[in-house]
Amino acid sequence: MQLTVWTYEGPPHVGAMRVCTGMTDLHYVLHAPQGDTYADLLFTMIERRNARPPVTYTTFQARDLGSDTADLFQSAVRDAYERFKPAAMIVGASCTAELIQDDPGGLAKAAGLPIPVIPLDLPSYQKKENWGAAETFYRIVRSLAGPHAPAPGHVRPARAAGTRPSCNILGPTALGFRHRDDVREITALLDRMGIDVNVVAPMGASVADIARLGEADFSVVLYPEVAGTAAQWLKRTFGQPLVQTVPIGVGATREFIAEVAAITGVDATAVLADPASRLPWYSRSVDSTYLTGKRVFIFGDATHVLASARIATEELGFTVAGMGTYSREFAREVREAAARYGVEALISDDYLEVEEKIAAAHPELVLGTQMERHIAKRLGVPCAVISAPVHVQDFPARHSPQVGFEGANVIFDSWVHPLMMGLEEHLLGMFRDDFEFVDGASPSHLGHAPAKSEPHDIQVAPAIAEAVAGGSDAVAWSVEAEKELKKIPFFVRGKARRNTEAYAVEKSIPVITVEALYDAKAHFGR
Amino acid sequence: MNAVTLLDRTPPAAGCDRPVLKERGQREVFCGLTGIVWLHRKIQDAFFLVVGSRTCAHLIQSAAGVMIFAEPRFATAIIEERDLAGRADLHEELDTVVGRLLARRPDIKLLFLVGSCPSEVIKLDLNRAASRLDERLKDRVRVLAYSGSGIETTFTQGEDACLAALVPGMPTLSETAPAPLMVVGTLADVVEDRFKALFDGLGIPVVFLPPRRSRDLPAVGPNTRFLLAQPFLTDTARALEERGATHVAAAFPFGEEGTTAWLAAAARLYGVSEERFAEVTAPSRDRAKRAVARHRPALEGKSIFFFPDSQLEIPLARFLARELGMIPVEVGTPYLHRRHLADDLELLPHDVLVSEGQDVDKQLDRCRAARPDLVVCGLGLANPLEAEGITTKWSIELVFSPVHGYEHAGDLAELFARPLGRRDRLRV
Repeated sequence: MQLTVWTYEGPPHVGAMRVCTGMTDLHYVLHAPQGDTYADLLFTMIERRNARPPVTYTTFQARDLGSDTADLFQSAVRDAYERFKPAAMIVGASCTAELIQDDPGGLAKAAGLPIPVIPLDLPSYQKKENWGAAETFYRIVRSLAGPHAPAPGHVRPARAAGTRPSCNILGPTALGFRHRDDVREITALLDRMGIDVNVVAPMGASVADIARLGEADFSVVLYPEVAGTAAQWLKRTFGQPLVQTVPIGVGATREFIAEVAAITGVDATAVLADPASRLPWYSRSVDSTYLTGKRVFIFGDATHVLASARIATEELGFTVAGMGTYSREFAREVREAAARYGVEALISDDYLEVEEKIAAAHPELVLGTQMERHIAKRLGVPCAVISAPVHVQDFPARHSPQVGFEGANVIFDSWVHPLMMGLEEHLLGMFRDDFEFVDGASPSHLGHAPAKSEPHDIQVAPAIAEAVAGGSDAVAWSVEAEKELKKIPFFVRGKARRNTEAYAVEKSIPVITVEALYDAKAHFGR
Repeated sequence: MNAVTLLDRTPPAAGCDRPVLKERGQREVFCGLTGIVWLHRKIQDAFFLVVGSRTCAHLIQSAAGVMIFAEPRFATAIIEERDLAGRADLHEELDTVVGRLLARRPDIKLLFLVGSCPSEVIKLDLNRAASRLDERLKDRVRVLAYSGSGIETTFTQGEDACLAALVPGMPTLSETAPAPLMVVGTLADVVEDRFKALFDGLGIPVVFLPPRRSRDLPAVGPNTRFLLAQPFLTDTARALEERGATHVAAAFPFGEEGTTAWLAAAARLYGVSEERFAEVTAPSRDRAKRAVARHRPALEGKSIFFFPDSQLEIPLARFLARELGMIPVEVGTPYLHRRHLADDLELLPHDVLVSEGQDVDKQLDRCRAARPDLVVCGLGLANPLEAEGITTKWSIELVFSPVHGYEHAGDLAELFARPLGRRDRLRV
């Protein structure tokens, strides 16, 4: 049994729903008790979808148990087919139905529908949402594209002269973090390179589209969490090479272009020479000097965490103070990356543990999910959202991709704006004694309320409260040192106090003097 | 209508003659776990530990629409493969989880173990677990169990199960002691305070279930008379009756008319004079009428269709029909308790279709055919219907917002007027 307060991922059948809802003519019949229909609102409210997800739930109740839940499932399958006339159907069980072992796959087959029926086996007590999405997508691809697989040993014929190379874009789903905008961005980039998109899947794909996945020359694995398994199968079955660089950030986008060029033989010089992203210049411009070495804590799904760590260090000049992921399936990759940045990776889906680690790392910026946004708010640290789980805010009205050169522009803005702007930070320091620049004054773009006066029902766990307050009674401050501390700009004062106290404890200094304060400053100075 | 009818009340014929469409099919409703979202705010020293799956945890954090993201007073003990495969003893695991939880939260005085669909299906006996833990944690934390599972409870029935679980632990009120009126059902504090003031004015001693602090559970005995503040408290009422208490029948306190009828039922019982009743309630009644009348132009003559959600549908439809002139087309409810709703059913226009249970696709067909001016439905249906050009009101807001009593009658009317007003404004 695992004690859970908030979850980063839903159960695996929600992953299956994200795949199915993204597609155009697939229907999901889910054996599930009353109440599991809550999942519909994720799509209709968070993503503002204008139609119900194509899911029929059996919504069995206690009175159905033991008598006719299997009949209930079979009639739900028939009714759903009659009403919605889908081109194919996926069937499976949610956590409770898994326990009553009605065999949805077998029951649906017995119904004898004239469409492909794909059974899903998603173990709810072991696996989670992203795994469920990946497994579902893989089963769908195998079932629908499998019949079109060439004989083993078949050699892919060379592309006819004069035709543009084509690819599949794999991984975007309903309820994905910026998937909608990423697809548009990457499609445009590939088009500029002279490459056509054969199929985008699962998002936007029909059952017939899945059947013709094998026609593309190669596949772009845009989100490995969802597309990894299916892409490997397509590679093995159709000999389609995979482009596995996720083009988030300027460097990764350039590598992505080079990888695509190498696979297809197209000349990418023009696309690479086009100064499409403002990030490199914005990052080099003098106002960005203040970004140097800002300590960032990065947490989210593996794809976005790995990309963000690279952007943070190579493209914005930040320092990684901590990083981690809730995607256990990609723990190895994240651990390796963390080691390169000199930190230990946090592999956890325990929200309270993440909060503790962030508080302990004293970052100046948090790059995380909506959950870390709330942690950061409570700790009074700026934050930008980089990954699912999603929130209605993650579906902005404007085009707002993460991938490609425009994605890098979006990332520059959304990460830098929560921080104090360079000149603003400088002025605050200069005028700190001015009566208008009292300690409570926040940067203007954060509004006028001090960051800590959150109107929510906030209860901070005792351990965290201590870590946040940072005050330890073990060391005392002399009056002079306390006075000197006040001269330090308020937005770094907390850190100076903590560092000095840590230094005093380490050196067994009972009372902190002005001398000790500056010794500590020299000790911790970058 | 304006005369106070304290004495000449004829009891309604239990609404028995009204035909009800009973449906059995896919139900687009929440399960009883959802009630935790408001229950944990009401009983401030209680903690709700769901014993269930990842789906349960995901549901609770999604149902409220927003996550509060503090460390909340609810959590889920997620059953894992090793628990099911028998590699771990479920009761030992649960004890460990509870131990960790209470170590973190020494402020908790009442712990609910909340059963879920998976815990029901594997027949995990949470009542047994609760009494074992209660015994062990004696004097420190009370431990109770109830089921919020979707196979047994629909949405607000979770609150019913929770309150029913509190009843056996209520102190006993002796046969000779005078009994205060008991108001049963979770109300926003602001609503409860207004009711308290009105009962004080009428000279009726009153207690509330649930209390704001778990140690303040009211006493119950054969002299206890209770008024239901919510229409979904079937099991709680039965448990109170088993302890000798008597249910006071009344329309539910929504709108001016409902609130007056509800208070009058208590006033009759406690021998309040007509003059006193009129004097105490008049200012609030006038205010409520004025506040409701403001929204009448927007709502009068408009048709309304209720999808089943909270069991509040029938009293709300009665309020909208009688005080605002709306025309209910279909009033769906997940479960119809004819006795508790007798007064409201009697007041609801007799040509209105009442449906119980749900087959969501068929009901959507009926709704589309009726083209009502306003549809009250859950969050899963609202945007899809809006996209079809049908104006909707999210039903969950009717459960989360203070809507009972005189002072909130205007707010309640406004909740229905707002979506229509918005549609009129928009030119895009």
